[in-house]
Amino acid sequence: MTTTLYTSDHEWLVIDGDVATVGITDYAQSQLGDVVFVELPKVGRALKKSEAAAVVESVKAASDVYAPISGEVLEVNQAVVDEPALVNSDAADKAWFFKIKISDKGELGGLMDEAAYKAHTA
Amino acid sequence: MLARDVQDSLKRTPLHALHVSLGGKMVPFAGYEMPVQYPAGVLKEHLHTRSSAGLFDVSHMGQIALRPKSGRIEDAAKALEGLVPQDIVAIPQGRQRYAQFTNADGGILDDLMVANFGDHLFLVVNAACKAEDEAHLRTNLSDDCLIDSLSQRALIALQGPKAESVLAKLCAEAPSLRFMDAGPRKVDGIDCFVSRSGYTGEDGFEISVPAADAERLAKTLLADSDVLPIGLGARDSLRLEAGLCLYGHDIDTTTTPVEAALEWSVQKSRRTGGARAGGFPGAEKILGHFDQGATRRRVGLKAEGRAPVREGAALFADTTVSEPVGKVTSGGFGPSLNAPVAMGYVPTALSALGTTIYAEVRGQRLPLTVAAMPFVKNTYKR
Repeated sequence: MTTTLYTSDHEWLVIDGDVATVGITDYAQSQLGDVVFVELPKVGRALKKSEAAAVVESVKAASDVYAPISGEVLEVNQAVVDEPALVNSDAADKAWFFKIKISDKGELGGLMDEAAYKAHTA
Repeated sequence: MLARDVQDSLKRTPLHALHVSLGGKMVPFAGYEMPVQYPAGVLKEHLHTRSSAGLFDVSHMGQIALRPKSGRIEDAAKALEGLVPQDIVAIPQGRQRYAQFTNADGGILDDLMVANFGDHLFLVVNAACKAEDEAHLRTNLSDDCLIDSLSQRALIALQGPKAESVLAKLCAEAPSLRFMDAGPRKVDGIDCFVSRSGYTGEDGFEISVPAADAERLAKTLLADSDVLPIGLGARDSLRLEAGLCLYGHDIDTTTTPVEAALEWSVQKSRRTGGARAGGFPGAEKILGHFDQGATRRRVGLKAEGRAPVREGAALFADTTVSEPVGKVTSGGFGPSLNAPVAMGYVPTALSALGTTIYAEVRGQRLPLTVAAMPFVKNTYKR
């Protein structure tokens, strides 16, 4: 059983036990435009909630992707580094950015469910 | 959507309604509400311009007629030579030349195009500078010229390898024009000024059209299956790959034409020993740079990795020194090169092609190589 949550900065998290898979939302990719470069955190890095964890760049501009919660990076998705356009074509699934081991489940309380996120981007 | 207070203060071009109907994402630019991209997106718009033809609304730029009070075009040309380091007198009728307004320190107030239309000079200047440029012309040239702001004209650029065949359907003379030819031409029956020039590195045309006819002409051009509308985003990536300067970024009041690697645009007649050497603002400084060299230079920069290096990134001579030696003035991703490209200023000693220099990006020093510009070979019909 997994749960999908969202941040106001347009990241999504799929929570599966104490592991969260993080990506950016389809709304975010549509605002960025054509993604040409993705930089991901190193595996093993301890991320603090709200710190810059990854970078996504379009032709026009660079944007930070923030850690939505605190935790250790367990795995990163090399596929989006090799093929940044995946972020545009499949932001919500294949273009996940990294997985983190959730260090404080209490931080999940501040995140939005799908209905709240839809209202946020409306 | 733009915030209403911002939106209300922005000007609109005669093609504004067309941009909105085409799904253009409108953003504030140089006091205008302009399309940064259309639904196709920056990448596709860029590549389409290089492979087919792109239509750009550049009506925000300033169009100015300089009419000699004497009726002799050479009097207007001589007067304008007092403000630019270019040879204006030698521009033949029907031809256009790239120029810069300079200041007393040898810096650049704006860059512009100057065309000889026979009885007057036709100038195209940057949107953000046009009010100051016009005031500058009125202050300095009013004795010799009538300065006529052509605010009731739109400006449409049609760029790319298919621009010629597309425009030929509406203007039979278009294929006979060579790069930098410019003059009055009928396009689809409309009295236009057509130049074979642009800001993409591609062959193409810029068409000055009366505002009232602009939307009809743009729609006719867009009805051609080879043509897509192109926003400011792709205009910037196209000109960056072409190695062309963007005023306010790559050139400004602190950069001389020599530092900016624009020596090619200053004809011998205006340099030391030339027939009309000097006589423009900042001549001492600029000719000094020609004669003794400048200490810094604008260069092209190619990255070794995939990370784009953006405007403002500090440049370093190696990976450890703490003092920067220069900075990136334009940078991003070049869709046609499928790689990052940038330009910036470095000390002349580090400006040789192949020199390695380091840009600081997110705390890391990324190696860049000084590279020849244009990054993408231009396809002008000379």
